[in-house]
Amino acid sequence: MGEISLARALNQALRDALAHDPDVLVYGEDVGRLGGVFRVTDGLASEFGSERCFDSPIAEAGIVGTAVGMAMYGQRPVVEMQFDAFAYPAFEQIVSHVSKMRNRTRGSVELPLVIRIPYGGGIGAVEHHADSSEAYYAHTPGLRVVTPATPADGYSMLREAVEAPDPVIFLEPKRRYWNTAEVETPLRTEPMEQAVVRRAGEDVTLLAYGPMVATALETAEAANETGRSVEVIDLRSLSPFDDTTVAASVRRTGRALVVHEASTFGGYGAEVASRVTEACFHYLEAPVLRVGGFDIPYPPPALEEHHLPHVDRILDAIDRLQWESTWVPAQSPPPERPDATAQHPSRPEARA
Amino acid sequence: MKRTDEQPAPVPPLPSLEPLRLVAPDGSRVSGPAFDSPDHSTLVALLRAMVIGQRFDNQASTLARQGRLAVYPSSRGQEACQVGGTLALAQRDWLFPTYRDCVSLVSRGVDPVEVLTLLRGDWHSGYDAETHRCAPQCTPLATNASHAVGLTYAARRRGENAAALVLMGDGATSEGDAHEAYNFAAVWNTPVVFLIQNNHWAISVPVREQSAAPTLAHKALGYGMRGYHVDGNDAAAVHAVVSHALAEGRSGAGPTIIEARTYRRGPHTNSDDPRRYRDEDEARQWAERDPVQRLETLLRAEGLLDDGEMERIEAQAEQVASRVRERVATDGRPTPSELFSHVYGSAPALLARQRQELLGEIQEG
Repeated sequence: MGEISLARALNQALRDALAHDPDVLVYGEDVGRLGGVFRVTDGLASEFGSERCFDSPIAEAGIVGTAVGMAMYGQRPVVEMQFDAFAYPAFEQIVSHVSKMRNRTRGSVELPLVIRIPYGGGIGAVEHHADSSEAYYAHTPGLRVVTPATPADGYSMLREAVEAPDPVIFLEPKRRYWNTAEVETPLRTEPMEQAVVRRAGEDVTLLAYGPMVATALETAEAANETGRSVEVIDLRSLSPFDDTTVAASVRRTGRALVVHEASTFGGYGAEVASRVTEACFHYLEAPVLRVGGFDIPYPPPALEEHHLPHVDRILDAIDRLQWESTWVPAQSPPPERPDATAQHPSRPEARA
Repeated sequence: MKRTDEQPAPVPPLPSLEPLRLVAPDGSRVSGPAFDSPDHSTLVALLRAMVIGQRFDNQASTLARQGRLAVYPSSRGQEACQVGGTLALAQRDWLFPTYRDCVSLVSRGVDPVEVLTLLRGDWHSGYDAETHRCAPQCTPLATNASHAVGLTYAARRRGENAAALVLMGDGATSEGDAHEAYNFAAVWNTPVVFLIQNNHWAISVPVREQSAAPTLAHKALGYGMRGYHVDGNDAAAVHAVVSHALAEGRSGAGPTIIEARTYRRGPHTNSDDPRRYRDEDEARQWAERDPVQRLETLLRAEGLLDDGEMERIEAQAEQVASRVRERVATDGRPTPSELFSHVYGSAPALLARQRQELLGEIQEG
């Protein structure tokens, strides 16, 4: 196909999945005649008909709930949530039913469905259009949570997600939709539950996924100029987590840094850091660090560049990985002691 | 299939404020009913299923009091809805029950002990959903309704004209998922019957604090579908209206909301105390409108039931209860390693390790 974008690769994956299996259905708000707000479903309705690719009422719980019923009856629905924060009304369906149907029915009902969620920031969108909600899904047993970072993976992982016997939360890094690469489809990249080394290095392992893989690769290039050899791993599958590939890299480099857009506190990076520490403790030269978004609601677009991890911030974190044996905890001064003499202005005695 | 024409959908008639009845509370026939009565053999089948269901329900309540079930939500008083709705289903149709709909599942032919697996605490659903065409019992309110919409849509795609019956309570109609399911069903024109068993109490909240609609069936109008208001203690009427709605749905007329007015005679579950929120006079008044008694009176008056037949039905019910008692005490319990068996189609390494860890713990005692 030559040079294609991630969005186009995903589109081709859906097209090939629809052609390959008559039980595959694609639906959601605006996916039919518009072809999706990001055009990922462009042309599918006209090619396969409105029974195979169609617009639904704008109701995410209903979209996912009906997909549960369709999968119970042997279909393979692929539904779109349009934007990350729009999926929250469907959260109960995802957590209480999608993830648990196999388990509740002792394996007698499986739900081979895919929930596509364009996620993350960096496109200058207003609020509720830039959340990174991966930790909610990764924390839910019964779901597979994957996120491609390249056009090739976009194609291959989506085909694999549609064919998987389990429900898959398919997180699409929307700010990479227009990134292009040479891709010849159909192709199969590595199995989707496997992490992949995107750039080999010796001194530190950068662990990234989705939108941050490209940023991590840029960082590695910049670090290289200062003589530091950085390995970049694209996790690809957030659940299950590929301990094997990650541990092999970190044991070799002795230093690990997790990068993601989502708020850092209680985030997916904490899980990765903990697992890496357990598996590699005796090999580590420094604590596993995280570079994530600040612990704030996703900011307005005018400020998002300050919030999102960028190359300089990641380079700074690499510097903190005890290069000269002078590691100090990251910029958190001890809390100031409250001044016992000061009175809170809202208290009546302060106003008196 | 889907409505594609440019014509506005026909406006369905308003549901009646008075519930539709075929049999009066005293067991006499209602004159000039809007629906044909089920035939004689169906009426006897309804009575038999209600008697068996009621005996099963009593037995399960007793087992809960004895601590042999973790919990049991009785449907005493709602037998006509449970049985009238379920017996209207064809074999190819699907049932989407809630936690209170055990009697409905027993009427559908599911092994009564498998029905109680959830409530004994052995597994979340004890029966094979596919075999019985019964979804697992749903505990979150109204979330199963959209599953039925998707399922019937898929069935139609495969050229199979399966309809679905969704059981829900009055409280469930307040949930957002109910709205989305009604709307999807109407827009997609799928053969789903939403049978709202208005038993008047969502745990402690009365229906008047739940909804300001004239009847819950009136909600249908806003979605562009048909709504019926039926006496939920009249098994003949529930069966007739649900049968009609299923048949219309299969012939392409889309979904239906049916409000069946009934009453939960017992507590919400065995751990609830309804004396804290409702007047027991109300429960006594509803006890006088017992659905089983009503149909029995009718069948006896019309010569379709005699003492001998009633004794046979009761003996059958007693057999069901005694099998339940025995097997709840003796049937095998799930094994701990099964915890990891049904999470994914192929277990990730993490779960395989955790399974080994648990088996090690068990071996060490």
